[in-house]
Amino acid sequence: MFLGQASIKYKEDVFIQGYGSVVGQKEGEGPLGSLFDEVVTDPNFGGENWEDAESKLQEKIANTAIKNSGLETKDIRYIFAGDLLGQLIATSFGLKNLNIPLFGLYGACSTMGESISLGSMCISGGYAEHVLCMTSSHFASAEKSFRFPLGYGTQRKFSATWTVTGGGGVVLGKSGGTAKVTGITTGKIVDYGYKDKENMGACMAPAAADTIYTHLQDFETSPEEYDKIITGDLGYIGQTILLDLLDEKGYRIEKNHMDCGLEIFDSEAQDTHAGASGCGCSASVLCSLILGNIGKKTWKKVLFVPTGALFSPVSSNEGQSIPGIAHAVVIEAV
Amino acid sequence: MVQKMEDEIKKNYDEYVKSVTPTTSFPKNLFNAFWIGGLICVLGQALLDFFKYMGFKKDIAGFYEMLVLILLSVLLTGFGIYPKIAKYAGAGTLVPITGFANSVASPAIEFKKEGQVFGIGCRIFSIAGPVILYGILSSWLLGLIYWILTILGVF
Repeated sequence: MFLGQASIKYKEDVFIQGYGSVVGQKEGEGPLGSLFDEVVTDPNFGGENWEDAESKLQEKIANTAIKNSGLETKDIRYIFAGDLLGQLIATSFGLKNLNIPLFGLYGACSTMGESISLGSMCISGGYAEHVLCMTSSHFASAEKSFRFPLGYGTQRKFSATWTVTGGGGVVLGKSGGTAKVTGITTGKIVDYGYKDKENMGACMAPAAADTIYTHLQDFETSPEEYDKIITGDLGYIGQTILLDLLDEKGYRIEKNHMDCGLEIFDSEAQDTHAGASGCGCSASVLCSLILGNIGKKTWKKVLFVPTGALFSPVSSNEGQSIPGIAHAVVIEAV
Repeated sequence: MVQKMEDEIKKNYDEYVKSVTPTTSFPKNLFNAFWIGGLICVLGQALLDFFKYMGFKKDIAGFYEMLVLILLSVLLTGFGIYPKIAKYAGAGTLVPITGFANSVASPAIEFKKEGQVFGIGCRIFSIAGPVILYGILSSWLLGLIYWILTILGVF
């Protein structure tokens, strides 16, 4: 049933029947390295170019998640997937061989939240037995489409984040697994007029604050209800802003807040500046650390809030600001 | 109430973000840029002297010097070393001719996969293009000013 402004509390829970994560070498060398299903050291993932590499990565994520859920490809009715590249080419070319009906999504780095939201609605509504929700990002393909060629000598600002090479996927269904999706809050586009694309944490933090606030209002609950409130890729600066903004609105979450972008890399040793970003950041951390801890019942209930910065190089060059969006998913232990 | 506070934050958001964003140390950047950039210039001078010593005239020796610096920069770009130095040196590697060579070589490498025409051909000057365009434009303007001043008898 729907709640408040923008939320759904499912009458019947939606179960995460299996999940899988695949990442690149740098992510594998990070603090969460041992938790991923697969660490691929070849930055090309056996592909011809960076876009092809990300497609290969998508295919790997899909196969890993399906395998881990004990199902076969033909059991999946729909895929909800997306990536960061123009016209979703990593998704289109990566998943074409699976022959599964596909909904292609663009939510920038919030895509994992968007795909789980739609996928869980689909399962809860009884329109599918099993669906796959997934996303990916690749450092090199993202740099190429949003910033400079890799060989170009430039200095990154401290506020810049490092795009994760990797991703994750979850298979949702009516039963089984160790975690379940019990509700969602869909984010709206929030624009504070900020324009610096090298400080995406500041662009997205207002959206995260808005979605978390709306969620707590809609569910008439408090931050203490959650073992963790987990944002996608705000980084250090975004985290500071989020805590400040929610504090203004009367919620203190610093004790149970966690940001995937601060977990996946050791920012000092791995020189990633303000943290990590990319669709694959929240997706791979969800499908390793978060669902792992829920499986072990270390955490019983978390709010997973991937955050996205909605811009393109064109909108940015044309002087537009960078609005943010964040989608919240309530994940509980079974 | 909440809405009012939100509007307040929104209005001052740029300044607020600035206050929570750490900045890099300006003197440190300046120092790094100075010594690496200086080192590239010393190398250039050494090459110039070497070619003059080999018996070339000064302007010809200058061309050879530039060619060697460009070659070195392109090679270092290809091996992925130039961006590592640039991360440390900033403008020290951007301003000399090696920086210009890097800005031409790096898109050529990156977009090679998109073909000789639409990849390399269309993209090679995607970073250096503005420098070339506005460099020529400003030299043309200066030429015009010089010409007018000559007619007026200033020079």
